Amino acid sequence: MKETEGYSSDSNLSSFCHKSGIKCGFLFHDGEFYSGIIIGISDGVRNARGVFMVEALLSPPALPPASLPPTSRRKGGVFSNTFSDLLFGVVTRGAALLTLALLLGILLSLFIGAWPAIERYGLGFLTHNAWDPVREDFGGMVMIYGTLMTSAIALLIAVPVSFGIALFLTELSPAWLKRPLGTAIELLAAVPSIVYGMWGLMVFGPVLARYVQQPLQAWLGDTPFFGSLVSGPPVGIGILSAGIILSIMIIPFIASVMRDVFDVTPPLLKESAYGLGATTWEVIWKIVLPYTRAGVLGGIMLGLGRALGETMAVTFVIGNMNQLRSPSLFEAANSITSALANEFAEAAPGMHQAALIYLGLILFLITFVVLVFSRLLLLRLQKNEGTRA
Amino acid sequence: MQIRELRFFRAASLAVCIAAGATSSAWAQTNVTGAGASFPAPLYTKWAAEYNKATGHRINYQSVGSSAGLKQIEAKTVDFGASDAPLTDAALKEKGLLQFPTVIGGIVPIVNLKGVAPGQLKLDGQVLGNIYLGKITHWNDPAIMAINPGLSLPSTAIAVVRRADGSGTSFGFTHYLSRVNAEWKAKVGEGTSVNWPVGVGGKGNEGVAAFVGRLPDSIGYVEYAYAEKNKMTHVQLKNSAGRFVQPSEASFKAAAAGADWKTSFYQILTNQPGNESWPITSATFILMHKAQEKPVQAAATLDFFAWAYKNGDKLASELDYVPMPQEVKEIIIRSWQDIKDASGKAVRKP
Repeated sequence: MKETEGYSSDSNLSSFCHKSGIKCGFLFHDGEFYSGIIIGISDGVRNARGVFMVEALLSPPALPPASLPPTSRRKGGVFSNTFSDLLFGVVTRGAALLTLALLLGILLSLFIGAWPAIERYGLGFLTHNAWDPVREDFGGMVMIYGTLMTSAIALLIAVPVSFGIALFLTELSPAWLKRPLGTAIELLAAVPSIVYGMWGLMVFGPVLARYVQQPLQAWLGDTPFFGSLVSGPPVGIGILSAGIILSIMIIPFIASVMRDVFDVTPPLLKESAYGLGATTWEVIWKIVLPYTRAGVLGGIMLGLGRALGETMAVTFVIGNMNQLRSPSLFEAANSITSALANEFAEAAPGMHQAALIYLGLILFLITFVVLVFSRLLLLRLQKNEGTRA
Repeated sequence: MQIRELRFFRAASLAVCIAAGATSSAWAQTNVTGAGASFPAPLYTKWAAEYNKATGHRINYQSVGSSAGLKQIEAKTVDFGASDAPLTDAALKEKGLLQFPTVIGGIVPIVNLKGVAPGQLKLDGQVLGNIYLGKITHWNDPAIMAINPGLSLPSTAIAVVRRADGSGTSFGFTHYLSRVNAEWKAKVGEGTSVNWPVGVGGKGNEGVAAFVGRLPDSIGYVEYAYAEKNKMTHVQLKNSAGRFVQPSEASFKAAAAGADWKTSFYQILTNQPGNESWPITSATFILMHKAQEKPVQAAATLDFFAWAYKNGDKLASELDYVPMPQEVKEIIIRSWQDIKDASGKAVRKP
C-alpha cells in the first residue's frame, strides 16, 4: 500500500498499474470511481516478493477501460486474467452448489419415498418393535438399536486402542519402527469391508464363540443382570461380533488421524513439561491431549461415521434378525444398513419399500445429529479453553 | 482429377455412414433386454451366450431381483421381466402382463449334523415348520425321533439358518410351510421376506450355505444346485402323498407334472400331488406386456425363449435347473399368441 501511494495522484488507473509495474486483475467502474485489485507484480519490479492484494481507489476523471494501453492486453494482462478468474469462480461455485443441491435432492427423495411410512407410523416408527413384511407391519426399533449398539461397541474398543497406537507411534516408538508400523495400520484401512465380513464370519466368529462366548456364558449364565447380557446362542454371530469387527475397521481411521494431530503438538510445549519433571504419561495427558483435543474428537467422529454407515461387513456377522427379545450382546440382530442391503432389492413397492426408505432417512438423520453434536462439543471445548486461559 | 477423387471419397464415406447407421438400428432392434430374478440369472446368461453364438442376436439380462424386475417391466424399460414368485391372474390382468414359466428349481433343507449322511435325516412339513417357529429347539425332540427311528440324534440345540435377503427361495420355502403347518400360516405367512421368529440370516444361497457349513447342529435351506455343488447334507421330505422323497431332478419334474398348467401359469409347486413329487419346488417366470408397442423386440424375445425351450434343456440340467416338461412347453408357446402388436396381430407366428 505504501509503495503505491506515490502514484495515487495519477488519475488513470491503467497507466497507474502500468507505471508501477503492477498487474491489475480486476477493473471496476461505477460511474464515479475506478477500483482495481492488483494481483501481481510484473518483471519490472524486481525486489518485490510474494503476492500483493492491494485495493486501489482512484478518483475521476478517468479513462474508460477501452483505452487501456494495448500492451497490457497483448501480454495476457487485465482481460484474460479477469475472464479466467471469473470462469474459475463460476466453476468452483458450481461444484459447491451442485453438492449442496445433491444433498438436498437426496434428502427430498428419501422423504418422498418414505412418506407412506411416515404418514402411517409417524415418529412411533422409531420405537415400534416389529418388522413383518407379510402383514405389512413395520417399525425401526430393532435396526436403530442394532446400528447404535454396534457403533457404540466399536467406539468403546477402537478409541482406547487407537489412542494407544497413536501415542506409541508419536511418543514412544523407536524411529525405525515408526514407518513400517504406521504404514501397516494405514493398510488396514485399505482392506475392503467384504473381506472383513468374510473373515468375521469364517474365522473370527468361531473363535469368539469358543473362547469368549461359551466361557462367559458358563461363568455368568446364572447371574441376574450379566446373565441376560450373555444369553442367546453362542455361535459368534450377533451384536458383539459385529461391534468388534467394526472396531477393527475403524481403528486405522481414528489412529491415523490421532497420530497426525499428535505429531503437530509443538515440541517446545512437550520439552518444557519434560524439563519441569513431568512423566511421559503426564506430558501426554496434560500437554498433548489438551492441545489436540479438537483433532482427536474429529478422528473419533470420522470413525463413528464409518461405523454407522458400514454395510457389508455388518451384514455378514450380525445375523440379520429382526427381533429384539433380550438385551443380550450375543443375540443376532440387524442394523439399518444391513436391512436395506438385504431387503431392498426384493421389497414389494408399497409399505415395505417406504419403511425401508424411512430407515434410510433415519440413518441420514442419525449421522447428521452425530455431526452436529460433535461440532457443539468442539465449540464447548473451545469456549472452556477461553475461560480457563 | 483430385477434386473429383475427393468428391467421390466424400460420397462414398457418406454412403458408408448411412449404411452403418442403418445396420446399427437393425442391431438395436435385436438387442433384447430383460431384468429380474437372480435365481435363474446364471441360466439366462448361459442361454443368452449360446443363443448369441447360434444366431448372432444379443440378449442382455440384468439380475436385479424379482421385484425390481417387475417394476422395470411395468415401466417398460425392459423387454421382459423375470420373477421367482408368480403373479396372480388378477394382477396380471390389471397390469396387462403375460407370464410363463421357464425352468423349475428345487429348494432343499440342509443340515450340519455329525454322523448324519446326505439324505439320511427325514423331516416333514409339521416338524420343519415347528423348527423354524422355534417350537422344536433340540435335535432329540420326540417329533424328530419319531420319524427317524434308526438315527441317533444329538441332544444339542438346533441352530436355525435362513435367508436374510428377500428372495424367491424364501418365498418357496415359506409358501410350503404355510401349506403344511397351520401355525406357521397364522403366525408368519409367506413372502420373499417374512418376520422370522428364530434363526440367523445369511445373505444369498452362499450365505446360508456358509452358515450351515460353519455352525454345528444347524439347519438351513438352499437351492438344490447349491446343495449339490457344495456337497451339503440334504434331508428327505415327506410329500403330500405321505412318502419320504429325496431331492432330485426326477422328483422336481414329478412335482411340475402334477400342476394344472392348462388353466393358469400361476402355479406354486409346493406340496404337489404325486408319489414321487418333491414338496418344495418352484418355477421361475418371465413377464411380458400383452399389448406390444415394440412388436419386433417382443418377437425377438419370444424367439429367444422358443430357442431355449428347444435347445436349452441340456444347459439347464448342467446348471442343476429342471427343464419344463414337453407338454407344458407346448402350452406356453401357444399362450404367446396373446402377445399382440397395435393392430391386434400376434407378434410371433407359432
